[in-house]
Amino acid sequence: MPNLLAKGRLARWSGVAGASLVTLTTMAGTVLAAAAEHAPDAAHGGEHASGGLPQLNPANFPTQIFWLALTFGVLYYLLSKKALPRVAEVLEAREERISRDLAKAAQLKEEAQAVLAKVEASLAGARAEALTLIGQASADIEANNQARQSALGADIAERLRTAEASIATAKEQALANVRTASADIARDIAGRLAGIDVDQAQAEAAVAAVIEERQG
Amino acid sequence: MDPLHQFQISSWFQIILGGYDVSFTKSAFFMVVAVALIYALLVVGMANKSMVPGRLQSAAEMFYEFVANLVRDNAGHDAKPYFPFVFAIFMFVLFGNMIGMIPYTFTFTSHIIVTFTLAAVVFVFVTVLALIKHGTHFFSFFMPHGAPVALAPILIPIEVISYVMRPVSLSIRLFANMMAGHTMLKVFAGFTVMMISGLGALGFVTGLVPLAINVALTGFEFLVAFLQAYVFSILTCLYIRDALELH
Repeated sequence: MPNLLAKGRLARWSGVAGASLVTLTTMAGTVLAAAAEHAPDAAHGGEHASGGLPQLNPANFPTQIFWLALTFGVLYYLLSKKALPRVAEVLEAREERISRDLAKAAQLKEEAQAVLAKVEASLAGARAEALTLIGQASADIEANNQARQSALGADIAERLRTAEASIATAKEQALANVRTASADIARDIAGRLAGIDVDQAQAEAAVAAVIEERQG
Repeated sequence: MDPLHQFQISSWFQIILGGYDVSFTKSAFFMVVAVALIYALLVVGMANKSMVPGRLQSAAEMFYEFVANLVRDNAGHDAKPYFPFVFAIFMFVLFGNMIGMIPYTFTFTSHIIVTFTLAAVVFVFVTVLALIKHGTHFFSFFMPHGAPVALAPILIPIEVISYVMRPVSLSIRLFANMMAGHTMLKVFAGFTVMMISGLGALGFVTGLVPLAINVALTGFEFLVAFLQAYVFSILTCLYIRDALELH
């Protein structure tokens, strides 16, 4: 109830209320004066009257009107000037506090949401970055593997070639040695069996011819 | 054993003012008590001005908001400046009625002169308010809108009478309710006492019947005490709305 007790209007209407009280008291006084004239005995008769309503005894009127006007006037003054503004103040302060707290809560919520969005964005960024890094790393590894594999392959092929060449050389050598040895053996056999001293070159040619013949 | 004895007013000390006997009486004493209680409730209750109210502060705020809603709903938003007036009326009548529910106290609202003066204060307040707000246009209030002019000689006196009778009905309603309720309580209590004194031992048994009725009546009287204060202030609000809007 904000503004319920706006100062200026309140003061004005206190005046109206006060004026009406005063008017009434005066009015009532006039009425009572007339009533008292008509019932002069009622003032004392009322107390012991049998069956008469004490409420209708005019002797009680002036005191009740007077004290009602006084107490109600005081009550109105105290309430409007002192008591009610305090209540209004407390209620207003509470309303203000609640709306302020609500606004603050809304603001904090907004901030939290902004922070959350930021966190989520940076998380997504980090994830993307990680994915790129992983892709790059696997590509690197792949490339490295391939390079090493091809290098290994070339190395193996090279070694194979060298080995084959040396095997061929060794085979040739062995073959040549076999020829020489065969010629020697043939010469030796011919010498021992027939006593013929065969010429080295002749023996070798004969061996070659035999090998040729066998292989052909 | 006179059930009306409770309404008698005894003077506590005599004061004569301008030829009138304005003695301080039982009635005056309870008016002062009512004002003191209302003011104490609000001032002591709101002393801490706490954000989270305690019991007494809750009660004070409850009364405030109850009457504030009453004024807003029945007198409209323009009636805010008159809230203290309605609040004073409501609290004064309510405390007057409620104090009267305590045995050996006095119900000042059971006196027609008190309720009539209070109703007359409302009447004068509302009439002065309407005259200030609308000037002489106020008198159009007595001629309903859209009614044929030919009916004016009948309608205007009726409207004037019903307007002038407002304080009468307002005061008699409160006075009659409070007096009738309290008289009934006394009458039924009297039955119990008479049965005991007249019937002896049997009276203690039969006397329980009016006693039981009295218990129910007492509860009912509390309801009436609140309701009449509520009705009095609601009508005050409606009169204020009439004064403001002149519909």
